[in-house]
Amino acid sequence: MPQSQTVAKGVIEGYLERMPEAVRDGDTVTFDAASIYYKHLNEAVRDEIAGGAKRIVLKNVNGQRYIGTGIRERGVKIEVHGCAGNDLAMFMGGAEVEVFGNAQDGVSNTMDDGKVVVHGDAGDVLGYGMRGGTVFIEGDVGYRVGIHMKAFEGKVPVMVCGGKARDFFGEYMAGGTLVLLGMNSQFDEQPVAGDFLGTGMHGGEIYVRGTVEEWQIGKECGVFTADEDDLARLRPILEDFCAAFDMDVEAVLAEPLTKLVPMSHRPYGKLYVY
Amino acid sequence: MKPITLERPTYTEEAPYKIHGGCGLTGICDESGARFSGEVPIRSMAVQRDRGNGLGAGFAGYGIYPEFPDHFAFHMMYHDIQAKEETEALFDQWFVVDLAEPLPTRSVKGVEDAPLLWRYFVTPDPSKLEEEQSDEDFVVHAVMTINAPVDGAFVASSGKDMGAFKGVGFPQEIGHYYRLDEYEGHTWIGHNRFPTNTPGWWGGAHPFTLLDWSIVHNGEISSYGINSRYLEQFGYKCSLGTDTEVAAYLFDLMLRRHRLPLPLACKALAPPLWDEIERMPEDEREVMRALRAVYGPGMLNGPFAIILGFNGGMVALNDRIKLRPLIAAKQGDLVLVASEESAIREIAPEPESVWMPKAGEPVVARVRGMEWPIHGDLHLTPAEVSCAVDGTEDVCEIVESLEVV
Repeated sequence: MPQSQTVAKGVIEGYLERMPEAVRDGDTVTFDAASIYYKHLNEAVRDEIAGGAKRIVLKNVNGQRYIGTGIRERGVKIEVHGCAGNDLAMFMGGAEVEVFGNAQDGVSNTMDDGKVVVHGDAGDVLGYGMRGGTVFIEGDVGYRVGIHMKAFEGKVPVMVCGGKARDFFGEYMAGGTLVLLGMNSQFDEQPVAGDFLGTGMHGGEIYVRGTVEEWQIGKECGVFTADEDDLARLRPILEDFCAAFDMDVEAVLAEPLTKLVPMSHRPYGKLYVY
Repeated sequence: MKPITLERPTYTEEAPYKIHGGCGLTGICDESGARFSGEVPIRSMAVQRDRGNGLGAGFAGYGIYPEFPDHFAFHMMYHDIQAKEETEALFDQWFVVDLAEPLPTRSVKGVEDAPLLWRYFVTPDPSKLEEEQSDEDFVVHAVMTINAPVDGAFVASSGKDMGAFKGVGFPQEIGHYYRLDEYEGHTWIGHNRFPTNTPGWWGGAHPFTLLDWSIVHNGEISSYGINSRYLEQFGYKCSLGTDTEVAAYLFDLMLRRHRLPLPLACKALAPPLWDEIERMPEDEREVMRALRAVYGPGMLNGPFAIILGFNGGMVALNDRIKLRPLIAAKQGDLVLVASEESAIREIAPEPESVWMPKAGEPVVARVRGMEWPIHGDLHLTPAEVSCAVDGTEDVCEIVESLEVV
């Protein structure tokens, strides 16, 4: 058992006081996030971006919330080394976030644009209400992934998860594209998706590599096999995904994809409207 | 066992307003039985500081009183000296008290208005036990008698070789206030509170305990009314004004008194949905139907993630549709569970595995070589599970009380 090397006092009281130190190298800025309170860390990141930094490297991140939140500058990239805290890239505009480690709950909450790449697993409510941009998760994801994703005209969010998902994948989905591959998973025995897949879906499309049982699928979904046209649209997305995680796109496409689309854009119209 | 009561104003601590939010949990168990400092769970909780709002925090440690392994350790909270005197009079009536002392504390910025905090190492007076009454049943009765009728006195914990340390503050403040860095245990659980429906007060902080069981909880138990009425039939009185209390008593009822195997007790609290039960193989389906019928009023409705600590390990469990966060990890002999992965990595930076437990399926840590206080095997066949519930076959340990239910 590791004995306490740092006292919790240091973890918390120090971390409430201290600003992280910026190490600048051209337009790259590096911060050591160890024991830095999330507010100070995010403040420092925003200041550096306002000052013209293009690449922000955050080392020793452990649970700091809201990294990348609300950042709208295009051409800016934030690298997170460690465990990204809740609501990573929430409301994010045009920036890019890459996580080397796992991400906690609420990644890309209401994200508007930009790109998030996670070299690891991600937690629950991933992409909640997401309305634009791209999310690539290498491994497993949690419950309620893609809940209420939406699209409008040219803004179509895309999410690809390389591992397996738990219940309520694509719940109440209103738009966008959700792809679940089930390939990079630590749960060998479990099905690629959980129960209530696409329940309440009324827009967008879900692709699941392989097949799913009928009882898993929400009543509002129509079930098809992805055809030539679908695959032609998906191929560039999957190529991009495979490039991020050093995977072979042909291996991904070696199995057919199950396609779920809503049968109605107002599945509960009769339930709530009289 | 009648408490002494004198006329005086009733003690209440209702919060004047309601705050919405979540809570933070941590549970750390060294399965080798090696004991480690209380500073470890404090660090894990400090990372999750923002899951609470300073209106409640607490810890429970196991293996912390090796010098009193067979005594029931009562941690007491008293609103005033009269509550202490009334309680101590009851202790003298019921127990042989081998040590009574103030709980060691240090002054910490942020912690104020603490009640009087005392601990007692006691054994039940054998002459006071009713026929066939176990020491444990006697202690449960004592706890209920103190909590409800003795005004301003609350039992923080009452188990053997364990203790709960809780109050109003952030976790690192409460942990340091109780000098947890000076204790060592093999299993610790911790909580950071963001009170939602009930007051943030010292007795209402988590963990909630009874005998060796301790519970920390994130969520809302909306079945509290049904659960507490059900528990009343078995002599449990819910008097601490927080929903989590029912979970502690339900585990005591199912695991200790009904001798239900752990997986079944967990399924009773977070049962599979009916359509999932319909898809099960026949024998398992019948067990689940029986379980939902027998323990219907024990089902916890609403969102929850809970960690149950006890002497010998811990169990973490989510509600069936995963409405609260929970993550688990293993590093060497350590099993860790928490609301956030960062709370685990603060203690175990390089775990061999980190995973999100499936909703409704318990994560179990068991200290090797310790007597397992839970009856029944962890991996029963459906047939064995079935007879534990209906109590018809003598090949397994039977739940006598189930026939009465």
